[in-house]
Amino acid sequence: MGNMITVTVNGKEHSGGVEGRTLLVDYLREHLGLTGTHIGCDTSSCGACTIHMDGKAVKSCTVLAVQADGSEVTTVEGLANNGSLHPIQEGFKEEHGLQCGFCTPGMMMTATDLLKNNPNPTEDEIRHALEGNFCRCTGYHNIVKSIQYAAKKMQSPA
Amino acid sequence: MTNYIGKSVKRVEDKRFITGQGKYTDDIKLNGMMYGYFVRSPYAHAIVKSINIDRASKMPGVNKILVGADIPEAIAGVPCGWQVDFKNGDTMKEPPHPLLVRKKVRHVGDGVAFVVAETRAQAKDAADEVDVDYEILDAVTCPKKATEEGAAQVHEDAPGNLCFDWELGNPKDEVAAAMAAAAHVTELDFSNQRVVPNAIEPRSAIGHYDTAYDKYTLYTSTQNPHLIRLLMCAFVLGIPEHKVRVIGPDVGGGFGSKIFHYAEEALVTWASKELGCPIKWTADRSESFLTDAHGRDHVSNAKMGFDSEGKIVALQAYTYANLGAYLSTFAPAVPTYLHGTLMQGLYTTPKINVDVKAAFTHTCAVDAYRGAGRPEATYLLERLIDLAALEMDMDPAELRFKNFIPAFDGVEQEGYTTQVALQYDSGNYDPVLKRALEMVGYEEFRKEQAAQSNGKLLGIGFSTYIEACGIAPSAVVGALGARAGLFEVAQVRVQPTGKVSVFTGAHSHGQGHETTFAQIVADRMGIGIDDVEIIHGDSDSVAFGMGTYGSRSLAVGGSAIVNSIDKVLEKGAKIAAHLLEASADDLEYAEGKWTVKGTDKSVSFGDVSLTAYVPHNYPEGLEPGLDFNAFYDPANFTYPFGAHVAIVEVDKETGEVKLKRFIAVDDVGNVINPMIVDGQIHGGLAQGIGQAMHEGTVYDETGQLINGSYMDYCMPRADDLPSFEIDRTVTPCPHNPLGVKGAGEAGCIGSTPAVVNAVIDALWKGGFKVKDVPMPMTPERVWTAMNN
Ligand code: FES
Ligand code: FES
Repeated sequence: MGNMITVTVNGKEHSGGVEGRTLLVDYLREHLGLTGTHIGCDTSSCGACTIHMDGKAVKSCTVLAVQADGSEVTTVEGLANNGSLHPIQEGFKEEHGLQCGFCTPGMMMTATDLLKNNPNPTEDEIRHALEGNFCRCTGYHNIVKSIQYAAKKMQSPA
Repeated sequence: MTNYIGKSVKRVEDKRFITGQGKYTDDIKLNGMMYGYFVRSPYAHAIVKSINIDRASKMPGVNKILVGADIPEAIAGVPCGWQVDFKNGDTMKEPPHPLLVRKKVRHVGDGVAFVVAETRAQAKDAADEVDVDYEILDAVTCPKKATEEGAAQVHEDAPGNLCFDWELGNPKDEVAAAMAAAAHVTELDFSNQRVVPNAIEPRSAIGHYDTAYDKYTLYTSTQNPHLIRLLMCAFVLGIPEHKVRVIGPDVGGGFGSKIFHYAEEALVTWASKELGCPIKWTADRSESFLTDAHGRDHVSNAKMGFDSEGKIVALQAYTYANLGAYLSTFAPAVPTYLHGTLMQGLYTTPKINVDVKAAFTHTCAVDAYRGAGRPEATYLLERLIDLAALEMDMDPAELRFKNFIPAFDGVEQEGYTTQVALQYDSGNYDPVLKRALEMVGYEEFRKEQAAQSNGKLLGIGFSTYIEACGIAPSAVVGALGARAGLFEVAQVRVQPTGKVSVFTGAHSHGQGHETTFAQIVADRMGIGIDDVEIIHGDSDSVAFGMGTYGSRSLAVGGSAIVNSIDKVLEKGAKIAAHLLEASADDLEYAEGKWTVKGTDKSVSFGDVSLTAYVPHNYPEGLEPGLDFNAFYDPANFTYPFGAHVAIVEVDKETGEVKLKRFIAVDDVGNVINPMIVDGQIHGGLAQGIGQAMHEGTVYDETGQLINGSYMDYCMPRADDLPSFEIDRTVTPCPHNPLGVKGAGEAGCIGSTPAVVNAVIDALWKGGFKVKDVPMPMTPERVWTAMNN
């Protein structure tokens, strides 16, 4: 475990040793026990592992843990704020944007990144942004609606 | 009075999933747990000459490397749960399916060795160092070629690679006579290509033997924990069932692929005792591609005959069904009783014959995938009828209206008896198609299509389908070869405080049972939905169960819950009567209390519950407690149906197909939670459309799965699909207490042929009289069809 890294995950700093080949997703799941981030493939295709690293959505199976040294990471576990759901979480619940829930964390992390850069996306823009996230359950129909829900909610401070 | 049934109640289970607290098998970590990794065959067909584990065994962290020879003879292979016999009465060929092969590998991905190490990475490293010497043999991958003279043989004891041949319906000569007299015959050769279920959660299993209790626990990504326990204990490991607990925790999608009992489950369970530690195995995606049972894979020829008015007079179907290298749990049922029996469709066809040859090939096993047999039947029928309409220059919707079975409710009018062994429960087919045409704006569309002149070809395709769901009446399936009953079990346990815990043998892996079932319980018992908890997925807490597949959870599992509630309320009435000093017959139950009819004397559900557990003032001779279970065995299948319409635009230059609209009107009987039902339809549609447009395995002639990864296998993505336009009609099921029919597979069953038909329509109207474009309809294939 030659490499010492320090990563801030969901606002909490973690330091520890990792193998050079350890993927960030494995670090999150196995070392930190944050199992909300999922693994759905071995080709960086499915997006189930999507997290935010320094404010940007990345596929955590495509990043080595050592590359995350010194970074700020947010995972699905860090989306809610003091127990109140993030609008994207609310959107997925209200619009039935999830069934088995396996793709959901990655979907939400991709979606929040989209909404940060494009607060009022069209349906086409949403579908395009989700290209790297597979869902086998929902046919994406309600995922699109969930993201639209969140977009609306985030624009109208209630 | 209903507060919940029929409403889009938001899902109870969502909270844990949206906050990252779902618990899937791979999320579970046990003390002292080791990790397993498989050495799998890189060849489709080869003799294993030797396996050398010396170097691998010395790798860091390695605890044990198991090969086929390490597994005791007493441990049997993976069993098959359904027996279909040859036409001549001979038993189907059922070759052994060992947990790890000893002498011969029969498909790429066949398990050769199992490496157990302290970490997954170490197990993987060591697996790379296991040295297997193979003698490569010829392979066969196509079910039709497999049955031809000279084809490579998969199993020594299955000559000609035939597992069984099978036939259903009217005698062939009667069908042939009707066909000969037909005014028009439409004939089509086609394949229904092999697809990979691809639940986004890869399969995973943890075996844990507890010496203190002499008991095994298997955590597994399954759709049916009890069924796995039954198969694994009785047929593979020979361990008594009470010594095994199977837990199916949160499961990330199944679509059929997680019904079956897999070798990995038995292996980790058995090895956890041998090695003295819990063992986890989780598939890589590429491993999932090679080992999760696949779906479809039929090669067919079919003919449909019509009289001069357009009435269907005969149907003859010949199909070669690919079973893969080994028989998976329900494999024999899929191309037979879940396929041939659906050939009546929604039509009055008087003569039908279905002939199926099921073949072994050097490929991954094929078994039930969302729809299982019924999509293949629907594809065959709906392709033929749309093509016939083009050939006869008739309107495809009109042609269907002409042939629909007249409405019947199954109560006043009897169920409809088909030529292929089923009796439909209730049906009213005109309205679904009428509604779909209305949503399409059919007349307008045809005008627009005729006027199209921009190098794009517009097309519309129809599919009006029926499915047999709510699987299944045990006696019926038993007579057809099932080796298990297909009832469902529920237990309704009223707690002393009046809160209700419901244990169901159904298993939710996305279907939302924790919500839908709670809606039923809350309404029937007149209590709040928050007072109800639904428990599933653990063989130690749920009495028994057959699990979730075949759109059965609500129709069968939900009915079991209703029957348990009836028992609870019947006993509750006795306690209430005692408390009210009245006769139980004089009480009525509504809104959570028993009232003496015509008075305001009442006692609440909560008080009765408490009395049942604190029986101080209690009816004489009545047992304390308020806790009942019910086993519900349905009287018949249920028969949902619907009309699906696809509108596509084909680029004349490139052959690219754009799916512009998709309209689905489904009738799934009564609906408990419309939001959830809509979601089930959406997901099914995406999978059915995916098969038509994107998905399909490619095996080369040596048996390599060329596209066994998400880089190469085209999964439907968000920007491949339109927003769906869906609606419903409601024809209740007459034979279950909820009147429900099941919605899990409808979308996937109806949609595929609609999309292909739309492309054929576009080409035909554009002057290309093309009968078929093989699925998936890539631009290249469409272009080739136009330009040949
Ligand atoms: S697990 Fe990272 S993209 Fe699939
Ligand atoms: S909800 Fe199951 S994969 Fe998306």
